[in-house]
Amino acid sequence: MPDWLIIRTFWDLTVTGLALGSIYALVALGYTLVYGVLRLINFAHSEIFMVGTFGSLLASSQFLNIPLLEDGNYPYRAGMTLIFFLVVILIIAMVFSGISAVLLERVAYRPLRGNGDSIGAVALAFLTAFIVSLIFIDDTQVNVIISLVLTAPIAYSYLRIFKRGRKAPRLAFLISAIGASTAIAEAVGVWGTHGRDQYQTARILEKKTVFNLFGTDVRIDYVIVIVGALLMMTALTLFVNKTRLGRGVRAVAQDAETSRILGVNVDMIIIVTFALGGVMAGGAAMLFTLVYDQTRFNIGFILGVKSFTAAVLGGIGNLKGALLGGLVLGLVENYGSAIFGGQWKDVIAFTVLLVVLMFRPTGLLGESLGKARV
Amino acid sequence: MKKSVLRAGATLLALSLVGVACGGGDDASGNGCEGDLKIAFFGALTGDAGNLGINIKKGLDLAVAQHNAENADNQLVVEAYDSQGDPDQAPALADKAIADPCVVGIVGPAFSGESAAVNPKFEEAGLPIITPSATNPDLSKNGWDIFHRALAGDDKQGPGAAAKIVADGKMKVGVVDDNSEYGKGLADIVQESLGDKAVELNSLDPEASDYSAIITAAKDAGVDAVFFGGYYAAAGKLAKQMADAGVTATFYSGDGTLDVGFIEAAGPAAEGAILTCTCAPFDTNPEFLKAFQDANDGENPATYAAEAYDAASVFIAAIKDGKTTRADILEFINGYDAAGVTKQLKWDETGEVTGSAVYAYEIKDGAIKGIGLIE
Repeated sequence: MPDWLIIRTFWDLTVTGLALGSIYALVALGYTLVYGVLRLINFAHSEIFMVGTFGSLLASSQFLNIPLLEDGNYPYRAGMTLIFFLVVILIIAMVFSGISAVLLERVAYRPLRGNGDSIGAVALAFLTAFIVSLIFIDDTQVNVIISLVLTAPIAYSYLRIFKRGRKAPRLAFLISAIGASTAIAEAVGVWGTHGRDQYQTARILEKKTVFNLFGTDVRIDYVIVIVGALLMMTALTLFVNKTRLGRGVRAVAQDAETSRILGVNVDMIIIVTFALGGVMAGGAAMLFTLVYDQTRFNIGFILGVKSFTAAVLGGIGNLKGALLGGLVLGLVENYGSAIFGGQWKDVIAFTVLLVVLMFRPTGLLGESLGKARV
Repeated sequence: MKKSVLRAGATLLALSLVGVACGGGDDASGNGCEGDLKIAFFGALTGDAGNLGINIKKGLDLAVAQHNAENADNQLVVEAYDSQGDPDQAPALADKAIADPCVVGIVGPAFSGESAAVNPKFEEAGLPIITPSATNPDLSKNGWDIFHRALAGDDKQGPGAAAKIVADGKMKVGVVDDNSEYGKGLADIVQESLGDKAVELNSLDPEASDYSAIITAAKDAGVDAVFFGGYYAAAGKLAKQMADAGVTATFYSGDGTLDVGFIEAAGPAAEGAILTCTCAPFDTNPEFLKAFQDANDGENPATYAAEAYDAASVFIAAIKDGKTTRADILEFINGYDAAGVTKQLKWDETGEVTGSAVYAYEIKDGAIKGIGLIE
């Protein structure tokens, strides 16, 4: 066997690639679910992940009151305390991401769906006025007053534009998605206690080696990430395939109009879809902070692009495709940087995507959520 | 932090105003100023390397405050342009600074990447700059008359860092950079100075979270030291992930990493890291140290604060000498020769300051400790 870097370090690269790939896969599920149901690329999903990392940050620093350092060392916990803390952080991160995903749908997308949604129009109008006034005035109170005054006329025009039965053009959803993504990230960057700087999260898990894989030490955090991600994905697949709500998700993905006629509450199913994607992103966020102990306002950007790539690679709209795409992308990036050097990482990842799409335009598995077998 | 949104808005406005200002006649000589003259800070106050800019602004603020306290009839104003250290955001802000006739001098631009992007604009406008921190050696090779730096460049720092690494007995040094103007420039010089002791580990993306591929390569090469060219946030992530992966190599880096932000990001993994800088230790000048502590609640001046104080002092000396236009101030700086708090301030034609000391610092017990000059 030739003495190449990739061969010498193959298993090392495989483990770290699978770990990062699992996180891609979890986030990719959110893109794929929403695309499957709404045919909408939810670009703000990367920010849902970011909110989740802040959820786990707040959970450990505020709720569980864990300091960053204890006597100059990490605040390691062990045994049941550790498991309890990890579960609490996971749940809080999932709640943060889940709620923000549902809010996002309510504010950024539902008003555009043409259901004459007045609450959504008012919220969207308020946000529009608030963000615009932020550009000109540097005083929160004044901003709020101005926004309140402007809310009514803007909401009225939104309702005029998107009154019942008139659905906004596809492009409007895209712009709304990009706008929501920027707004959420900037809000955290502007109002967060550290602003645009990095935040550290407490490290409670000691990163010990648990076993040896062909000469490579495998750390406990990587094992938790890979196993945790697989468990969450299995739970999601079971939910979509076995439960009543899951059947609704599949039905709407297949044909929203017919489902509506047959008595499916489509708006409800869309909320469930966003919530599911959000919860998965929250799980990814908790696993992410477990490995990297840090976050910041734009942490979702690169990860979001990669996860979206993973979703397309596996076949967007396909749950198993998201898993496969995530893992393949994580591995390809690592192998690629070992062969060509670290700075080629992204080039390789996207070249692989292009090549796959050339031969399989619908991605590796290419099956949509609606047509998925039970 | 809300200011940065305002600034984002201001940038938008500036874009539109620039057109107006350019149409309104060439006022770049600075004669059109009504009100107090301004010395501008230009660099990152927020973002990934914001701490370094904050240090600079504190040095500048101190110098201006001292001047204002002593000269009631000649007040100066500090105007801050927060570029976030981003070469893409800097040009619009530079246009804004140039368009303001009251801005007669700039302490900055803080980083090398943004310097390369905006210095041509300042050159064209004849607006003099003294950077307390941008160390990329190529910056002084553009023939910019307005360019000065208050510390030696990376052509001095790089060989100094390499000498320190060799003196510490390291035989195999992995060299990584962040692909920035500054980071890649410095890492390349260090690699060249190290010769066959260097192992190139390529570049990393400072915005990315996972550096495992580079760390795997470092492990595989069996390095006993790693030199990183880049800023503290990425340096902290790299040092921490290296320690997590069981790499015991000593971590070396340059002035971009010389900040408590590195210790915060790396945690206990920062311990024992060696950092170099052509900037002077904070206690070089007791008088400056005391004045700085008095003005900042007892806080010690951090990286570049003293250099920024020196840079501001030169502008203030020019203004005190009766120079009020950009052109006169530039001429004054080019002929300047006096002692500052860090070194003798005298520039050659390219804008390089005389003297070339490189200092080493060590992270010990969670703090930055000066460990002296590198010979």
